[in-house]
Amino acid sequence: MPQYKKPMSNEEFNLNFAQIKPLMSDTEAYYESSRCLYCYDAPCITACPTGIDIPLFIRQINSKNEQGAAKTIYDSNIFGYACGKVCPTEVLCEGACVYNHSDVKPIEIGRLQSYATKKSIDSGKKHFNFKAPIGKKVAIIGAGPAGISCGAELSLHGVSVDIFEAREKPSGLTVYGVAPYKITNEEVLSEMEYLEAQYGFKIHYNKFINTRSEIEELQNAYDAIFLGIGLWRSSELGIPGEELDQVTGAVEFIEDLRMQKHQTQIGGKVIVLGGGNTAMDAASESCRMGAADVVIAYRRSHEEMGAYAFEYELAKAAGIRSLFNVMPVEIIGSTSVSAVRFVRTKVEDGKVTVIDGTEFTEPCDWVIKATGQSRQEDLLDMIGIGRSKSGNILVDGEYRTSHHKYFAAGDAVSGGQEVVNAVAEGKKAAKAILKNI
Amino acid sequence: MPSLHVNFAGIKSPNPFWLASAPPTNSGYQIMKAFDAGWGGAVWKTLGVPIVNVSSRYGSVNYRNSRMMGFNNIELISDRPLKDNLKEITEVKKRFPDHAVIASLMVQSKKEWHQIVQDVTNAGADGIELNFGCPHGMCERGMGSAVGQEPEVLKTIVGWVMEVAKIPVITKLTPNITDITQPALAAAEAGSDAISLINTIQSIVGVDIDDFTPYPKVDGKSTNGGYCGPAVKPIALNMLKNCAQHPGVKIPISGIGGVENWRDAVEFILLGATTVQVCTAVMHYGFGIIREMVAGLESYMEDKGFATINDFAGKALPKVVLWEDLNLKYKVVASIDASKCIGCQLCYTACEDGAHQAIGLTGGTDRKPYIIEENCVGCNLCSLVCPVEHCITMERRDDGLVNETWEHRTETGNIPTTFNDRLAGGLHHTLPDPMAALHVKKPRHYGTKKQS
Repeated sequence: MPQYKKPMSNEEFNLNFAQIKPLMSDTEAYYESSRCLYCYDAPCITACPTGIDIPLFIRQINSKNEQGAAKTIYDSNIFGYACGKVCPTEVLCEGACVYNHSDVKPIEIGRLQSYATKKSIDSGKKHFNFKAPIGKKVAIIGAGPAGISCGAELSLHGVSVDIFEAREKPSGLTVYGVAPYKITNEEVLSEMEYLEAQYGFKIHYNKFINTRSEIEELQNAYDAIFLGIGLWRSSELGIPGEELDQVTGAVEFIEDLRMQKHQTQIGGKVIVLGGGNTAMDAASESCRMGAADVVIAYRRSHEEMGAYAFEYELAKAAGIRSLFNVMPVEIIGSTSVSAVRFVRTKVEDGKVTVIDGTEFTEPCDWVIKATGQSRQEDLLDMIGIGRSKSGNILVDGEYRTSHHKYFAAGDAVSGGQEVVNAVAEGKKAAKAILKNI
Repeated sequence: MPSLHVNFAGIKSPNPFWLASAPPTNSGYQIMKAFDAGWGGAVWKTLGVPIVNVSSRYGSVNYRNSRMMGFNNIELISDRPLKDNLKEITEVKKRFPDHAVIASLMVQSKKEWHQIVQDVTNAGADGIELNFGCPHGMCERGMGSAVGQEPEVLKTIVGWVMEVAKIPVITKLTPNITDITQPALAAAEAGSDAISLINTIQSIVGVDIDDFTPYPKVDGKSTNGGYCGPAVKPIALNMLKNCAQHPGVKIPISGIGGVENWRDAVEFILLGATTVQVCTAVMHYGFGIIREMVAGLESYMEDKGFATINDFAGKALPKVVLWEDLNLKYKVVASIDASKCIGCQLCYTACEDGAHQAIGLTGGTDRKPYIIEENCVGCNLCSLVCPVEHCITMERRDDGLVNETWEHRTETGNIPTTFNDRLAGGLHHTLPDPMAALHVKKPRHYGTKKQS
């Protein structure tokens, strides 16, 4: 059972959502960096989607060249600070650390990365020399990890970049969709401010591109357009009762949580539908918001959950319970939800099938849907961007979409990955755009 | 139960662990505390002429997360009044009659030497140590290492001391000299009962790269200090060996230099010391380290069946020979235990870039390197850089039947005389073509990088 008291103030919220990867002190960073073996052809580099020269930046920290370390990081990953905090390092760099093979604790690479980049963010130090303007303009739709990464790389190479963001804050999911115990809003935004000041790309906020005329304007004014639009709202379940009060999507809930903090509405008994990392986040967050009982309900087995093991462990530590092999068939309630009716399932040949006569009702006060996210279909249809069966934007090896002027990368192409993947792809897309404009 | 008791040139001590003459032996308070903790003896901070000290006084060499791996000081000898020190020597001896109290001395004239030797003898000291080692400050006034570096001067002063000494005299030597056996021999010839070594090594521990001042800083300036701590142990061990093996130096030796635990002490004893003196480790961790030292030494002696320190003192000396007496037929090669290997590839890069290109990579997902035995010269480097215990071992490859040294071969005219001689060593090694260095496949980030 969750043990958290409902937070009544920002301070209490911050306590319940204490950072799981807090910033290192100088001493901790020095000692931790001392442990790095400086492996040859280090496996941590290979494990990092952005390929940061990790042993180099750790060695730079150890020789008290933190700015140099930050440069090494930003050279490969523009979201250096954020990724240090929000990356699933357990399955990436830290998971690849050779210390794992000798029962020695792997190097805390993520925290060291945030430590070094924080020094640059705080000092505002500019690390890179920019190429002279090449007389090209690129518009980027979406100031998320892919868009900003792409924009920064283009700026470095002398391209004039305008980023159009539908919301009022940059960084996309990093500020709107990551669990608050992974990174605070202040941390995200200070890095974004640092990047914007350094790279000189312009972000136009509250600029939701969704009309034909806007699209045409962009197409006329820019040499290329990059779609870094990510995913959209939480997917519908397509079952009765979804419209009831206190039935919400995980994406919407987490966004609310990040913006409203302790004032976010949640409580009582919460059922989270889904078995991915977002479901784990939403469940863990509900516990930390003081919910009395939080239940994850997943239609497959424990082993088949999409969530990383450490994310599930984190949610369990926060006090969640789990129901496996259950599928919601109806959300029950008059104005707001009072229960979910489930049916038990089994998996045959990889397919989920319902077991007849096993329906049961689980009472609850809230339902959080974390079974996936929809896409910005309207916009893509309007432009005429080809997509796969699952709805992902189709691109070629050069990140070109079916429309010659449009390039794309990030979640809108991958269908939903980590921040670090979007950053990596955004940068590669920039290189492709440079070749093609 | 083995006995740790020692009789060092007539100075008796319950164990061979002494505090070296240094800040930890500045006062009766500290020495009483040390004896109470279990130290066997203490060499009092050098008594001598009036001095003035500066602030600050110490500098450190930190290696990664290890602090004070090397340590240096610019502090001078005792700045306390002689009579206070003498009074406290008496007090300590009264309370700890069975512990060794040795007075370290440093004065200039024959008259002063005679006087101070008598003073400390009257105070009850068990022995005297002549400080001919201090390499900073005092040497500028013609004392300390200035004496230790001139065997003839050293001999004269030891002679003065021996004229009046009624208690054992130890001559402490400076390592700031090309051949340590020369002052050791001079001390022995002048009648010194024992020698101790090494004193500190002249050093600059580092420079503040922002204000360009070396450490330790004294109002924007610095001076050379005396280097000690774990970093100097190898230098001390070698000098100890040189003195202990010298046929003219037959007097007991107190070993000093980087002793921090019982293992260090055993190594010094194996190379001929019969007491060891400790300073830096106490300045770092306090007197309490003696618990580990005594317990460790006792259990080592018990395991090995040594009843007394003398049972193993100098036991490693016959195993240190000239290079020319080493067996050229002995052949070891590295062997990697793949079940222990964690795939850091440090052995690969060390051998590839720093040795003989005798380790290969499979290039697959298995990161475990392999030994290219025909290239392996058995240098040990890979086994030294390997971070896993017992993963890389050196295995013997010769049959052990032939012992052929450079000396033997010289005697029998069997040495190479030209580089093309088939007897020359390097001829049999396989070396890659120099240009291959530029074409060999390198990992991401390793080649020349374009600046963005």
